[in-house]
Amino acid sequence: MEEFEPRIIAFLCHWCTYTGADLAGTTRQQYPPNIRIIHMMCSGAVDTIYILKALIDGADGVLVGGCHPGDCHYQTGNYKARRRVAILKEILDQAGFTEDRIWLRWISASEGKLFADTVTQMVEELKKMGPNPMKKLWLA
Amino acid sequence: MSKSAMLEVKNNDPIGTLRDFFRDLLEKKVVDALLIPKKLPSGDGYCQTLIRDPELLVDVNPFAPTLPVQSAKLISHLTIMDPGCKVGAVLKSCEIRAVIELVKFLQVKLDRLILIGVDCPGTYEPSDYAKMSREKGKGGSITGNLLKGAREGKIKPQDGYDLRLACQICEYPNPQNADVIIGLFGHNPQKEIYVELRDGLAGELAEKGILATTEKGSSSRDSVIERLTEERLKRRDEVFDAFRSRVKNLQDLMDALSTCIRCHNCMVACPICYCKECVFKTPTFEHKADQFLRWADRKGGVRMPTDTLLFHLIRLSHMVTSCIGCGLCDSACPNDLPVATLFRAVGQKVQGLFDYTPGRSVDEEPPVATFKEDELQGESGTT
Repeated sequence: MEEFEPRIIAFLCHWCTYTGADLAGTTRQQYPPNIRIIHMMCSGAVDTIYILKALIDGADGVLVGGCHPGDCHYQTGNYKARRRVAILKEILDQAGFTEDRIWLRWISASEGKLFADTVTQMVEELKKMGPNPMKKLWLA
Repeated sequence: MSKSAMLEVKNNDPIGTLRDFFRDLLEKKVVDALLIPKKLPSGDGYCQTLIRDPELLVDVNPFAPTLPVQSAKLISHLTIMDPGCKVGAVLKSCEIRAVIELVKFLQVKLDRLILIGVDCPGTYEPSDYAKMSREKGKGGSITGNLLKGAREGKIKPQDGYDLRLACQICEYPNPQNADVIIGLFGHNPQKEIYVELRDGLAGELAEKGILATTEKGSSSRDSVIERLTEERLKRRDEVFDAFRSRVKNLQDLMDALSTCIRCHNCMVACPICYCKECVFKTPTFEHKADQFLRWADRKGGVRMPTDTLLFHLIRLSHMVTSCIGCGLCDSACPNDLPVATLFRAVGQKVQGLFDYTPGRSVDEEPPVATFKEDELQGESGTT
């Protein structure tokens, strides 16, 4: 049987994590190709609708990447993202969706290696978890 | 600091006595307009009415046991631009809590608003009230019957009817943050009504000869409120427990919401959903045919209308931190989904993350509008 290959939708901030992903490429870091990157101006611009829509439509994981706390290009966007993700995860937890499929990570423009490691680790974890059950839910 | 007085009830008619009190407030210019529930000529229910002419106070009932709309939304219309005069509003505790939340979202201004809060034994669905009033032939006694139990805090709904579930599990029978409190609990409403005034207002009412107050509160009211709150909390926890054991995983949640037709009624009724244009009503959710077909392709088929689960989860993520539990979403739902219970049960946990109680104080910032640098430092923003 073909091995399950998780699909990750990543919302990456322009100033840090997206640039970090770029650095991972230019420095030839290897990481699994399971990730689809969506370029955002700030992690604070990631609406919870984007995250949920991705999961309900069958993404196996969602990665939100932003600048380290204190480093946000817009001063406070990442702190707001952190609250939003915390609220969303608590809601999903209460709604019975307890699987850890939403990852929020701080990766700076100089941390290409960390970006590659994060994606590698996330793919490994999602493989252990198996496919997102929402993938098959026609009712959702 | 507040001051209080016992209003002596004339002719065993508490509502008539309060009508005289409101007439004084209007005629002596404590307020220039008064928003208060007034009986509909049909007798089928009550509607909030903005009264300028004291003669129209006939048939007003501050204790009207229905909640057809959330008055916080009306207050927003009345105060978001300066009304140019003082507006008094007779509100139940859940409506005041919604007002407090809307103040924080800049949808209500308190400057010219006098909040008159009433003790609330609970409310009936408007449709139930209409039915009852036709059975009885007169609506007044429905309030009267509910008031009878209020003295002891033993609320008995009319035979064959129930109070709204949101009211049964409401832990705030008495209003907080009101400028004027009209108390029912702990006293015989045929004889006396407890009135509490914020300090500045107490001086004004004394000066105008409306009501003289003292610093003495009402210990009998306090003890009834304490007992009633305890009972309601117990009932609330039972309802939460039942809901949580029903919804253990995503499939359970979808089953609970499965008859949703995404009519948006819950959102329209919700006082906290104040956005002029909800994202669910924008072109973002007007999908093209090929989009629907692609979804159907991916899952083999897709339920229409789409995005019902997404709608509730997003509404939760937008406003559950400020959900004050009025339960009007339940009343608005055509298919009796347990929306209010879902929002209250989830709200309890999410609000707990930030030690936030919606409606408690205008000085507390709503969790979605602020952050702390040194919080949620675990992985993925966990505590």
